[in-house]
Amino acid sequence: MIGGVAWSTVGDLLLRHIYLAGVPLLLGLLISLPLGWLATRYRWLAPPMIAGTGLLYTIPSLALFILLPLLLGTRVLDDANVLVAMTLYSVALLTRTVADGLGSVPGATRQAATAMGYGELRRTFVVDLPLAVPVITAGLRVAAVSNVSIVSVAALIGVSQLGQLFTEGFNRNDMGPIFVGIGACVVLALVLDAGIALLSRVLTPWLRAGVAR
Amino acid sequence: MIRFESVTKRYPDGTTAVDDLSLEVPRGGITVFVGPSGCGKTTSLRMINRMVEPTEGRILINDEDVADRKPARLRRSIGYVIQHAGLFPHRTVLANVMTVPTLIGWDKGRARTAAMEAIEKVGLTADQASRYPAQLSGGQQQRVGVARALASDPEVVLMDEPFSAVDPLVRTDLQNEVRRLQRELGITVVLVTHDIDEAISLGDHVAVMRQGGHLAQLASPGELLTEPADDFVASFVGKDRGYRKLGFTETQVEADPERTVSLGEDVPAGRGWVLVADEQEQPLGWVDRQGSGGPVQEEELHRMGSLAEVGDSARVFLDAALSAPSGRGVVVQDGRVVGTVTPERVLEAIRAQGGSDG
Ligand SMILES: Nc1ncnc2c1ncn2[C@@H]1O[C@H](COP(=O)(O)OP(=O)(O)OP(=O)(O)O)[C@@H](O)[C@H]1O
Ligand SMILES: [Mg+2]
Repeated sequence: MIGGVAWSTVGDLLLRHIYLAGVPLLLGLLISLPLGWLATRYRWLAPPMIAGTGLLYTIPSLALFILLPLLLGTRVLDDANVLVAMTLYSVALLTRTVADGLGSVPGATRQAATAMGYGELRRTFVVDLPLAVPVITAGLRVAAVSNVSIVSVAALIGVSQLGQLFTEGFNRNDMGPIFVGIGACVVLALVLDAGIALLSRVLTPWLRAGVAR
Repeated sequence: MIRFESVTKRYPDGTTAVDDLSLEVPRGGITVFVGPSGCGKTTSLRMINRMVEPTEGRILINDEDVADRKPARLRRSIGYVIQHAGLFPHRTVLANVMTVPTLIGWDKGRARTAAMEAIEKVGLTADQASRYPAQLSGGQQQRVGVARALASDPEVVLMDEPFSAVDPLVRTDLQNEVRRLQRELGITVVLVTHDIDEAISLGDHVAVMRQGGHLAQLASPGELLTEPADDFVASFVGKDRGYRKLGFTETQVEADPERTVSLGEDVPAGRGWVLVADEQEQPLGWVDRQGSGGPVQEEELHRMGSLAEVGDSARVFLDAALSAPSGRGVVVQDGRVVGTVTPERVLEAIRAQGGSDG
């Protein structure tokens, strides 16, 4: 027991939280990659696309959780509502990140790749994307932490995860579960953040190689 | 080998970067496109590998229109070196150089071997091959850029201001390296620069371009110096600006033997310009024995032009060669004729010596 909550309960809720925040993060990244690519490839697309996806982020999460069942025809308690909503938020944050990342590749490098005979698609995957990793992972860290925090609101519509500890504590007028919930969320956010930072390091060995001698 | 046929490039914003350019880049050797900034050199170069598409006209490589080739395929068959090397920062030197061999489908072993060979050719070590570009100096990076362009043995290598971002000492090294590699491999190099000294010391053929992408003259460096086609070329080559640097270059110029004649000597027609000297072999002047023969008269002597003394700087030699009516500068030692030099001879000596650094 911790703060009046069983360890096993905290564990279950934590896993649910990881699932509801993590899966949309990955889906959001997958969707943002082509969107961000389009925004860099066709310059005129960038402003409407980035403004458009950015707008998604301004929709209050509670409203989205409640509206989605109506739009998708899902049941109110369905995880799908939360997964879709969180994916939208991830796309909102990551499209711009991906566009910025691809845009950060030096023009000379891109031109050299083209001059060597890379087709556009292949170049995007083997030259542009690897070089965009530092920018993209930086955005991913923000999105991960943001997801962990936003997803807890879903407790209000009865989808269980760590946020449930807040509603429970509130209903029982007990600070215990609330502190446990906050602690678990903070730890989760820190771990995700550190994990992505580590991944970024592993993916960019050239940034750490000692400099000119 | 590479032929521009009435090539015009207008960018969408209306800039005419290249206007009706026709020229032929001969096979082998180094052809330099030189001209003031913005005159369309880069645009011309990039039309060869279709990085830029001409608005009008066509470009042929080995009589084949480049427009008929797939751009990516075409580019893989042509080496390309850009100003700041443009290396892939996320790949090791070896992986950078393996780029084109891999793209054209060589298996890993073969690509690797070819890349290592190219890396050695440009004077880098196996140890450096495993580093990332950021771990190399600017000059070394540029060498990697050259190795990357050579790895798949292309027939043609394009270079856009390949040396302009490195310091002068390193630049001279690189220029020599490129010259050596070109000779060794027999490739055709098309090099863009705005530095006329570099063009003259490096080029076998120099295309001087003027604002708006017009070709002003395509000639050998010697010809460019001796017979500029017009005022633009003359001022661009710069009678003093162009080879001012040579004044600082110590160069061993080997004089060609020159048979002198004495006053009153009968010289038959058809001998062309003949050098006249007195009994002490001191030069008196030139006489033209092309059209008509006969004994050499003092009144027919043409001015001598300036003389070069053995041990003088390259510039004095070049001056002598350029100022002589015969195109052969008179070289003396202690006042006696030891031979003559042509401008080409002087330029060769400068190159052999290591460029025209100053
Ligand atoms: N993508 C482009 N769109 C519009 N104009 C361009 C473009 N690229 C080049 N130009 C213009 O075309 C002209 C020729 O440019 P180019 O880059 O070929 O010159 P350059 O001789 O290589 O110059 P530099 O020595 O400065 O590199 C210039 O006026 C330039 O501003
Ligand atoms: Mg240029």
